[in-house]
Amino acid sequence: MNNKIKIVLVIIIFAGGWILGSNNNTAPVITSSMGGASYSGGYQPEAQAAVQAEGAVALRTEQGQIHLVKDGDSIQAAVEAAQPGDTIQVMPGIYSETVYIDKDDIHLLGVIQEGKRATMDGLGKLNDAILYSGNNVVIENFRITKYKGNGIMGQAGNNFEIRNNVIVDTGIYGIFPQLGTNGLVEHNVVSGIEDAAIYIGMSDNIHVAYNEVFDSVAGIEIENSRHAIVEHNNAHNNTGGILAFVTPGLPIKTTEDVIIRNNFVLNNNTPNFGAPGSIVSGIPAGTGILVMAADDVIIEGNIISGNKTAGIIVNDHSFATTITMDVESDPNSDRTMILDNVMLNNGYDTIAEVKAVALTELHTGLVDIVHVGSSEGSCIVNRHRYRAVGIGNYGDCDFTNTDSIDNYLVAGGADRRVIHPSERGEIAYLGVCTGCHSYTGRLIGPSVQVIQAMYAGNPEALVEYINAPVKKRDNFPPMPAQNYLDAETQMAVATYMLALEK
Amino acid sequence: MMAGANRANALRTRFLFWLVLLLSPYSSASGFDLNDQCPPSFALSSDNQCQLRNLYQLYDSLQGQGLGGLKTALPHHRDGFSPQQIDLGRLLFFDPVLSGNKDLSCANCHNPAKGFSDGMARSVGASGQLHPRSAPTLWNSAFLKSLLWDARADNLEQQALGPLFSELEMANTPEQLMANLNQVDAYPELFTQAFPNSEDAMVIANITTALTAFQSSLISLNSPYDRYAHGDSKALNPEQLEGLNVFRSFVARCSQCHTPPLFTNQQVAVIGTPEPEGMPRDIGAQATFGAERLRGGFKVPTLRNIALTAPYMHSGRFATLREATEFYTKGRGHAVPEGEELLLHWHISEPNLTPSELDRLVDFMGALSDESFMPEIPQQVPSGLLH
Repeated sequence: MNNKIKIVLVIIIFAGGWILGSNNNTAPVITSSMGGASYSGGYQPEAQAAVQAEGAVALRTEQGQIHLVKDGDSIQAAVEAAQPGDTIQVMPGIYSETVYIDKDDIHLLGVIQEGKRATMDGLGKLNDAILYSGNNVVIENFRITKYKGNGIMGQAGNNFEIRNNVIVDTGIYGIFPQLGTNGLVEHNVVSGIEDAAIYIGMSDNIHVAYNEVFDSVAGIEIENSRHAIVEHNNAHNNTGGILAFVTPGLPIKTTEDVIIRNNFVLNNNTPNFGAPGSIVSGIPAGTGILVMAADDVIIEGNIISGNKTAGIIVNDHSFATTITMDVESDPNSDRTMILDNVMLNNGYDTIAEVKAVALTELHTGLVDIVHVGSSEGSCIVNRHRYRAVGIGNYGDCDFTNTDSIDNYLVAGGADRRVIHPSERGEIAYLGVCTGCHSYTGRLIGPSVQVIQAMYAGNPEALVEYINAPVKKRDNFPPMPAQNYLDAETQMAVATYMLALEK
Repeated sequence: MMAGANRANALRTRFLFWLVLLLSPYSSASGFDLNDQCPPSFALSSDNQCQLRNLYQLYDSLQGQGLGGLKTALPHHRDGFSPQQIDLGRLLFFDPVLSGNKDLSCANCHNPAKGFSDGMARSVGASGQLHPRSAPTLWNSAFLKSLLWDARADNLEQQALGPLFSELEMANTPEQLMANLNQVDAYPELFTQAFPNSEDAMVIANITTALTAFQSSLISLNSPYDRYAHGDSKALNPEQLEGLNVFRSFVARCSQCHTPPLFTNQQVAVIGTPEPEGMPRDIGAQATFGAERLRGGFKVPTLRNIALTAPYMHSGRFATLREATEFYTKGRGHAVPEGEELLLHWHISEPNLTPSELDRLVDFMGALSDESFMPEIPQQVPSGLLH
């Protein structure tokens, strides 16, 4: 480099510094997140205003039976023997089976003895470790490994707690509650998962806390779900750390009201090993937090560090070329709210798409935050702290914290539909019995009038009969038992049938 | 003696006169009376509407969408038709007078004896034309928010216009249809019974309403699976139970799209099944939504009564349920021809199901059959054309 050029450079640098300096003469406005206004939006419980829930499953007022499962026994056999209200305790040992809980109020607890856990081992052959569809299910203290599908999967069970499980190298999802309301996922250690370590799918009122998720494609995923809080988790060494998004083409269309706060989101740079075609297969390695088409997402108090693509990526569906089209699905991320976060060394080896967006703002180097696509009503606190691109239209948030919100769980559990006995009787009679019985005349079974003549004033006897029918008439087929109806419904339908007038 | 007999005759005549007068709105010279009672599973309200009752009404579902697991409410349904509308719809449904050449009724392709489908890979129209698609079941169509394989109809009324006036199907025209119906003595009166508030009761809109009323009365919710869902742990045999667990496992992932309790999530999915030999790719929902990403996409069908409706898929490429099931484990995109760009659904994966798992899935799907609310099939229809 010759002297002339050096001189020119010095002049340019001096001039540049002078210009920048003159622009930055006023001190930046620093908004303290201590004190100040708390978030006033979000889930507003209706009936139990001001009551914040302790957990997702109400404490039992009376303890049912305890079923002890020992090494060599079958856990499923114990589930089948258990009644709602019972607890199953599984002693340390190796259990290679799929456990499914199709009843309510079962607590399935591993017993940890001197660090030894009840281990469910899928041997690389079995599909899922634990499936549940009942409400008020608790699953604790297991070690789960080598299943091909999911570690723990919920289908429409409400009020669930999944706690203190170690899930290693297990298929598609480690923990996957789906289509449920009111659930707590906490203190689990999940690693080596081909899709998401913890995946909340199409659910409402969820709390994910104090989990360690690592070496997976996605750490924690909140997908097509509402009113979820993700806090105090450690998401490290995944492809992407924490995700809140809408997958188009699913029947529940929105993700709204998600608080991601006080998590560690560190070094999520693992090369993407998701299955081809899966939604997460499009996540660039080095993603700290990803918001895609989700609305009302608050990102607060996280330590986001060492994620090579970006600390926070906010985008819309148009940037995801591998996902389907859904006219019912709003593609934009609206009202993203970024409060104070500690962001260090993110975006140090970012992808071409982020570089391209950055260049439009003449930004080079590290990237803490990148927002691509349109967005309405987004805001940020202390924007001067971050190496950010695409947030020009973010306003200043009018709150600095979410301190007023402990969780979004439903105090006392998700409401159950209340059906009056008379309605229950009509539903069961018309929904089931009318296939074989009409009021007058024979269908497949005798007429209601004939039945009324036999059981007048005695619904108890009719209940007894429908529970265990015996063949009474030679020229009629035998009646199938209706013992799957609960006692309340059986009595309701017997009473209803005996009172029918046409 | 004579006087007594005369008086008796006179009384009888007078009685018959009054009887006819009394019953006149509800009886017809042609011998067709519309039922004034609702079909099974429906309650008759005080304003003469049939309202659906089923055990799933004891449950809730997330966001009221009718998707979930065992004890989950069903999606929103159509009901509220009068018994007479449902019954008129039944007569129309079985009456070939609805087709252009008076040869084909709805029931030809939606045959109750074949799960309200026709047992053919692709259906055949009024003059022998081969339709590009397979006839779907009508069971539980009350719960569907969009109709037809490519989801292009938003309701059953709109759907009914499709086959009536499609050259590939019943090949009628609105004018010809009305002319056909007017030639049948009974229909004007039956329409008046079913639509007493319509000034001009026999119109296309009331035809589609009646067909909708009948189709939405085809309820099938009392299968062995349903008894299991409501709480009878013995309702499924061990093979079916094993199949249920494969079905809802995240390896097979069947329930992710065929979601209980209706066994469809009512979305469009691109799964890449092969077309019959020589048939070009059916673009499906791409046409409906003008979206390239939905090329080859079709509505996820319900699996209720699926064992009754072979062959399978939108163009009936698979003869058996076993073959249709096996499609999903042969590899993502294995049947997509070279050069064909399809954005396959993310759940089309490589589950590597074992032959015995496939068998169990078929066993389980067999437990979704229930025909206990089979409607009465008319012995004769008002046109007299039923053979």
